[in-house]
Amino acid sequence: MFAFILRRLVQSAIVMLVVALVSFSLFRFVGDPVASMVGQETTLAEREALRESLGLNDPILVQFGRFVGRALQGDFGISYRLQQPVMELILSRLPATLELALVSGIVAFALGITLGVYTALNRRGWLSNFIMTASLIGVSLPTFLIGILLIWIFAVELQWLPSFGRGETVEVWGWKTGLLTPSGRASLVLPAITLGLYQMTLIMRLVRAEMLEVLRADYIKFARARGLTNRAVHFGHALKNTLVPVITITGLQLGSIIAFSIITETVFQWPGVGALFINSVQFVDVPVMAAYLMLIALVFVIINLTVDLLYYAVDPRLRVDRAAGH
Amino acid sequence: MNRIARAWDSDIAWSFRHSPVAVVAAVVSLGMILAAILAPWIAPHDPFNPASLNLMDGFTPPGQPNAFTGNSYLLGTDDQGRDILSTILYGTRISLFVGLSAVLFAMVLGISLGLLAGWKGGWVDSLLMRIADVQLTFPAILIALLIFGVARGFIPPGSREQMAIWVLIISIGLSEWVNYARVVRGAAMVEKNKEYVQAARVIGVHPVRIVARHILPNVMGPVLVIATIGLALAIIAEATLSFLGVGVPATQPSLGTMIRIGQKFLFSGEWWILLFPALTLLALALSVNLLGDWLRDALNPRLR
Repeated sequence: MFAFILRRLVQSAIVMLVVALVSFSLFRFVGDPVASMVGQETTLAEREALRESLGLNDPILVQFGRFVGRALQGDFGISYRLQQPVMELILSRLPATLELALVSGIVAFALGITLGVYTALNRRGWLSNFIMTASLIGVSLPTFLIGILLIWIFAVELQWLPSFGRGETVEVWGWKTGLLTPSGRASLVLPAITLGLYQMTLIMRLVRAEMLEVLRADYIKFARARGLTNRAVHFGHALKNTLVPVITITGLQLGSIIAFSIITETVFQWPGVGALFINSVQFVDVPVMAAYLMLIALVFVIINLTVDLLYYAVDPRLRVDRAAGH
Repeated sequence: MNRIARAWDSDIAWSFRHSPVAVVAAVVSLGMILAAILAPWIAPHDPFNPASLNLMDGFTPPGQPNAFTGNSYLLGTDDQGRDILSTILYGTRISLFVGLSAVLFAMVLGISLGLLAGWKGGWVDSLLMRIADVQLTFPAILIALLIFGVARGFIPPGSREQMAIWVLIISIGLSEWVNYARVVRGAAMVEKNKEYVQAARVIGVHPVRIVARHILPNVMGPVLVIATIGLALAIIAEATLSFLGVGVPATQPSLGTMIRIGQKFLFSGEWWILLFPALTLLALALSVNLLGDWLRDALNPRLR
């Protein structure tokens, strides 16, 4: 157990170090850091002094060590484009992204399970067939086209919902939330659907397949023979047993939600971290790019580590296999 | 003639003829590929030639004469007076070029590294597969975006625009090599212990020749399936990146760039600038995807 955790931790640390190396080389080798900080009238001597005070003349390894040390304290320097500390920028935009990801994740999970159970129980119904066909189209549509389609229908033609921004926000304990105002909630609807649709179809298909499998099992037949109600059989026995793989997959999909939030945020001009990153790529705003790179790597490493550890805790077979294999 | 007859009678051809979805998908994707290749000859206008553009022609609705110039375009024009139909033809060309090149790059890289890992084993194998594991935990589109962003940073500002398309190909290619490498590695590990490979080794055949002649043919089926589905993914990845404004520059619009431009005019009622490129992208991605799905089922011996 201990060796397994240690191995995973070391692996995660190596991934983070490699990403840090990429971020650092972006910082160090893209353009001249001094040139992007000083004005035109700065003399050569002053530039050299600045270079020395920034430590750019030290050995590369020392500089890398300093970079990692600062990154660990959340210091990524100042954005070239917006002239603000990068960490401040990211933190000010993080609530928007997290709210969007959270709401769409919950919607995808709830709707995915409901539709999955429905299509599994009414396998031959016309509505199930319609849902399955629609989900196939939903999977093959690119995310940004879904967003544009929704804007076209609900914002341009029907004019029911706003098409961009977060609406009004209120601050609760330093967290700017749009969930408490009517316009904030209305603004959230379309982006959340766009972001959640793909995950929803994925969860739905998974639940359906698992349900169909479980419903054939002997203990379901036995439950029916005992005269339990359909409700108890379907939800008490069948659904409960499909949830373990579903929760695992959903956990792994959290990362994808963050990745696709870049696209959704751009389509809906949602003021989140993803939109900040896209802008920084367009303007080659290196400090923001480097910080985002590290942030996203950290999120993925944490998710994967958690899922791995959960697997290990939940599935005893894994422990036996490990012992036999190595 | 004999060869063609035999090909017509093969299992694959039979399965193809009896799958209407596959036939339609093949016709649509081949038609679009052909139209894209022939774009310079069949397009009614040249959207890249500023001299032939007339700003007065801008925003002409499809099929109707322009209010000022009286010119009429089948699918209308965009804000700069570019004929939508011609731009779509050229845009499909760029999308397909990027998609096919990225798939080719991913395929060559993935096959080489997969063969290397499977044949050599040892630390080379562990290192490559560890990298693959890590990469697979990130979504491909995110990898492509990050590589593109990082690579762009390293290119001097002057040549960013003209290098964009190549950087794009490499980023998408690098984001998809893992699938090929895993399949090829698995097959190489199985085949290298078979007797005929051992025999070839004993008589002193060069390892490169063994790999190319004996091991590679065993994996061409699955590789072809991955490549077809990969093409659909690459086309969507290219469109997504261009839509985000970090892909192909606006002077050489791909389908994604056109959709990005069209989105701006949705609110003012010029729907055709958006709709036709979007439908083209959809048809292209969907037909290639369906073709890949069919190929996977047709080549899967367990489903026969």
